[in-house]
Order: sequence, then C-alpha cells, then structure tokens
Amino acid sequence: MAGKDLRIEWRSRVTTHQILPFAVLVILLFGMALDPDRGILARASSGLFWIAVLFCSLLAIQRAFTIEAADGGRDALRLSGLDPAGVFLGKAAAIAVQLIALEIVLALGVVIMYGAQITGFLLLLATCLAATAGLAAAGTLYGVLAAGLSVRETLLPILLLPVLAPVLIAATRAFEAALGGVAVEGWPWCGLLAIFALLYLIFGTLAFGTLLEES
Amino acid sequence: MTTPLAVPVGRATTGSRATRWLGILTLAGLGLLVWCAFWWSPPDVVQKDAVRLLYVHVPTAIVAFTACFITTVASAMWLRRKSEGWWVLGLASAEVALVFTGVCLLTGAIWGRITWGTYWDWDPRITSTTMLFILLVGYLALRRIDGESGDVGQRGGRSAVVGLLLFPNVLIVHFSVDWWRSLHQTATITRLDPTIEGPMLFTLVLGIVVFSMLFVWLLIHRFRLAWLDERVGVLGLDDAIRARRSEAHDPTPGGTS
Repeated sequence: MAGKDLRIEWRSRVTTHQILPFAVLVILLFGMALDPDRGILARASSGLFWIAVLFCSLLAIQRAFTIEAADGGRDALRLSGLDPAGVFLGKAAAIAVQLIALEIVLALGVVIMYGAQITGFLLLLATCLAATAGLAAAGTLYGVLAAGLSVRETLLPILLLPVLAPVLIAATRAFEAALGGVAVEGWPWCGLLAIFALLYLIFGTLAFGTLLEES
Repeated sequence: MTTPLAVPVGRATTGSRATRWLGILTLAGLGLLVWCAFWWSPPDVVQKDAVRLLYVHVPTAIVAFTACFITTVASAMWLRRKSEGWWVLGLASAEVALVFTGVCLLTGAIWGRITWGTYWDWDPRITSTTMLFILLVGYLALRRIDGESGDVGQRGGRSAVVGLLLFPNVLIVHFSVDWWRSLHQTATITRLDPTIEGPMLFTLVLGIVVFSMLFVWLLIHRFRLAWLDERVGVLGLDDAIRARRSEAHDPTPGGTS
C-alpha cells in the first residue's frame, strides 16, 4: 500500500514539484513578513518550521486521497480484500515518508535562511520522527473522513488543525530545546508526541474499516 | 434513551407536560439566580462586582463540557447500535454545547478584562475552550453533510467518529496547553477563591443547578426537533415510494394508493 502510494507520488512528481516548492515558499514568505531581521527569525524558527510542516501536511493528506478518487480507485481498494488496518498503516506510512523528505528540506532551509543553530541533533531527529508519525496517523484518519465530500478542501483544515494543535505545541517546544536550548527540556515533549502518535495509530487501525466503507 | 417519542402526526410540537413544568421551573430559577447574583450576594473583596459574572461563567463551562461528553458517548453508542436516538442525541448535545461554550468564552473574556485587564490570556483553560469551540463547529459542519443522506441506518460513521474523538481531543489539547503554559509561568491567578462561603457559594451552586436545568430543557427540545426532522425525511421518502408504486399500478397520474 505504502509502496503503491509512493510509486504514484514518485512518478507524478506532485510532491517534489509542487508541495516541496510550496514549503520553501512558505519559509521565504515568513522571512518577508517578519523582516529579515535575523534575531526574530532565528528565535521563531522552530514555530515557523512546524507551521510550514502543518500546512504542507494538509496538502499531502488531501493529495493522498485524491489519487484514489479518479477511476474508481477507492472501490478497487475496498474490493481488493486488503485489511483496512493495513490500508490505514500503508497510507500513513506513505504520508510519513513524504513528510520526512519535506522536513529535511525545510530544516535545511531554516538553518540556512533563518540562521538557526542545531545543538541537540538526536532530539531533533526523534522529534521529527514522533511528530511525523502523529501527523500522518491523525491526518490519514481525518483525511479519509473528508475524502469523497464535495467540500473536503475547506472541511479538512477545520477538522484536522485543532486536533493537531498538541503536535504543534509539543514539536515546537522540543525544537526550541534542540535549536539552541537545553536538550533535556525537550525530551518530555518528544514523549508526548510519541504518545499522541501511538493513540492515533491505534484508533486509526481500529476505525479505518468503518470509514473506508463509506468514503 | 432510544424509546420512540410518541408525537402524533399533525400535532408537531416539541413540548410536553414534563418539559413545560421544567421550563417554568427553569425560568423561576433564572429569576431567583438574577436576584441572588445581583442583589443578595455581596461583592467579592478582591474581584468586586466582577465576581457576579462567574455565576454564569462557571455553570456554562460545566454544562458545555458535560454536553461534549454526552456527544462523545452518543457517538460511541451510535457506532455500536446504529439507532436513531443516539444519532439525534449527538447532534442535539453538540449544538447546545456550542451555545454554552460561546457564552462561557464571552463571559470569561469580559470577566478577564475587568479582573486581569485583558480580554484574552494564554491560559490553558481559555485556549482549550476556544479549541473546543472550533472542534464543535467542525463536528457540526460534518454533521450537516452526513444528515443530508437518506436513512439513519445506512448513514456513515464519519461524523460519529469525529464525535467520538471530540472529548478525547479536548482532553489532549487541554493537557498539552496546560503543560506548555506551566513550563512558562509558575504563578497563575487563582480564578475562584477556594474559601467562598455563604451567599456567594449558594449563588454559584444555584447557578450550576439552574443552568443544568436549562441545558436539559434545551437538549430535550432540540432532540425532539431533530427527531421530527428525521421523521419528515422518512415520511418524504415513504411518500415518494408510495407515489412511484401507485404510478406503476395505476396508469392515470396522481392515482390513489
């Protein structure tokens, strides 16, 4: 499942040619809005990084469910006999891989353009992984909810973003610790991210069958 | 909860003897609350007259969170039983919750302006209540879409899953915001003097009781209205089927069945 989604993404180049440039653009726009006074940008870099990731993940999630909308792909998926839990985990994994790629580019952008200093590399890595797992799990769950609705572009953000607020808070705090702060302070936040991801992975695995039936 | 409400067709009202009495009692309670809050209870030593806002603020907050909890339970029960009652209860409760959350935020902002000198503060409770407000709006938007599709038994679990996650999400948001703020500021303003007594305590408890009654009254009426709405939908469907059948049996248009 993950392989199929990633192959589609690789061949269509939508992620690399549209979502990725969008992410870089967001970073640039923040720079313009906040004046390239490096003091502000460097201090706010962790928050801006995760806001950019959040917006890009909305695009990636919508993309993940529109690739199936055409040609009755979703019916084929339902008839394929695959375990819904497997479909959920596959979709989430594909989104997670794309998000990780996005985060690497964004992190480079933040370091180069905002002048952020990485002090806790391990924490940075762990935070990225845990936050991405949470984003992908919750995103896949809410993505399939909104998929197939005529208003999905507008509905998904108001359903999903409040749910992802804890991820934003925790990931930003952990990043602040990793970018120039005391790394020890970041680990509890990282734990919170891991718990969030775990909760949504479990719930998604259980509930995805019901949701896939009707989307 | 799932017993069908005996509302005869033609007399479509959401009132009954019990709810009328409840309504009268609630009105009387509200009158008493107004008197207690404005005249009988003394102004607070620290908060002065602003404390009177709390007689509305605290009860609405309690009711709003209770209503959310009911929506979550109703969603879970609907996913299990697929019965119309739970479906309707989820909607009714969420709508009333939205109103009470709005009132709670509004009174809180006014109270904060007087006491803290600011309408908004990054307090965990304010932040998570605002998030709750947005979550409810999202849930109701999804409900509206789901409600448009046919029979209740075939309706998807889409909005039920969002409803089910409503309360847990509020808890997670609250927990994370709480933790986030407590790392930054150690001393938060105690919002309610823990040692209130006498008239003030009585008024607060009265407020909680009266607003709970108001909530039940609103919930019952909203429930019945949504229930009737469902009936209208079902009747419309039945009529359409009957008309189609009579067309098949009777070649003249508009034949009786």
